[in-house]
Amino acid sequence: MSLPNQADQGITFDTFMEGVWRQNPVFVMVLGMCPTLAVTVSAVNGLSMGVATMFVLVSSCLLVSLIRHLVPKEVRIATYIVIIATFVTLVDYLIQAASLALYEALGAFIQLIVVNCIILGRAEAHASKNPPLKAVVNALGMGVGFAIGLFALGATREILGAGKLFGFTLFGEHFQPWVVMVLPPGGFFVLAGWLLLFALFRNKPATEGGRAHD
Amino acid sequence: MIATMALVASICGVLIVGAFEGTQDAIAENKRIMLERAVFKVLPGAASVREYAATSTGIQPLAAGAALPEGGVKFYAAYDQAGVLKGVAAEAAGKGYADVVRVLYGYDAERQVIIGIGVVSMRETPGIGDKIITDQTFLKNFEALDVRVNAELSALANAVKVVKHGSKQNAWEIDAIAGATVTSKAVGRGINESAQKLMPLLVPHIAELKS
Repeated sequence: MSLPNQADQGITFDTFMEGVWRQNPVFVMVLGMCPTLAVTVSAVNGLSMGVATMFVLVSSCLLVSLIRHLVPKEVRIATYIVIIATFVTLVDYLIQAASLALYEALGAFIQLIVVNCIILGRAEAHASKNPPLKAVVNALGMGVGFAIGLFALGATREILGAGKLFGFTLFGEHFQPWVVMVLPPGGFFVLAGWLLLFALFRNKPATEGGRAHD
Repeated sequence: MIATMALVASICGVLIVGAFEGTQDAIAENKRIMLERAVFKVLPGAASVREYAATSTGIQPLAAGAALPEGGVKFYAAYDQAGVLKGVAAEAAGKGYADVVRVLYGYDAERQVIIGIGVVSMRETPGIGDKIITDQTFLKNFEALDVRVNAELSALANAVKVVKHGSKQNAWEIDAIAGATVTSKAVGRGINESAQKLMPLLVPHIAELKS
């Protein structure tokens, strides 16, 4: 994940777009697969999990970046974990205050944001080496990318597996829901489908270039 | 190093305490609303809910957040706008296919029957086990499920039983959902267990709730 252009100080459009597109955590880096597969049974669940993770990611990257010159190298991982755990606890309380139904639906996966490798990865690879604003912009991009990924999975699984989107029925009553899509195996199918689609899009220019050489 | 870690720890501590204090009321309020909604669903017409504990010595109101007395059973008394007792709701839990299925059932004290159930939490297979929420024929079982107590007030006169789909004959039997027998049985067993414990404690004192 350490890229050569991270050393320069300027904030470019790519600082933000890196997480959304080029290094999308779900579709390209394939990180944080536990929540990605487990909670995306509906669009709302996917989106809320994405937003919760984004909040933790942005806040912890900001704090990590602010104290990056203070933290001794030997204890940096421990410090990052404490910071991340703090923001996860905050999110835990906030979601409970916002909606208990959502809290029950997301279950243990809220607490498990702590071990989401995207967050520790960003803290270590980016926030600890960059000034706060740049770290926040980059974290925001990663968070948005993760949220988009989870939403895409959640929406697809809800449409196929329940015939609904955001709880609204989309098809007539003769629609037979494809139940397997909201079950665990369906998560893998839908993820595979999205990965394939994303890979096709990303590699299109390369493929065309390759064809020219034939 | 120590100073830095102490600084980080204190910032984090302050943040967590702040969030806890800030959201505590909203969370308590949410829990209350969720409970009320669940109770109102199983006891239509109810407008307010009070928490009680039933023990071998009688029934007493349970203050919010207070611990349940030893050997006690928690239940909720629901009243309508005029303050008349609409019924009693209590929680039942039975081991389902994936995890424990927890339901809330509404009890009509006049007729000594269960008049509705609502699922509190479950992790049953979507599309199969969750039929216990949507299957109308299954829910019909709980329009008047017989939970009378026996003459000695020691147990139910007839234990609540889950029977094979389509073979319900008595008012205390539950017709299982075909294809979701395990979940149906979890609901039936849970209700039986809870009612066997609660009803003998509650029925002799039901008049106290009416005031």
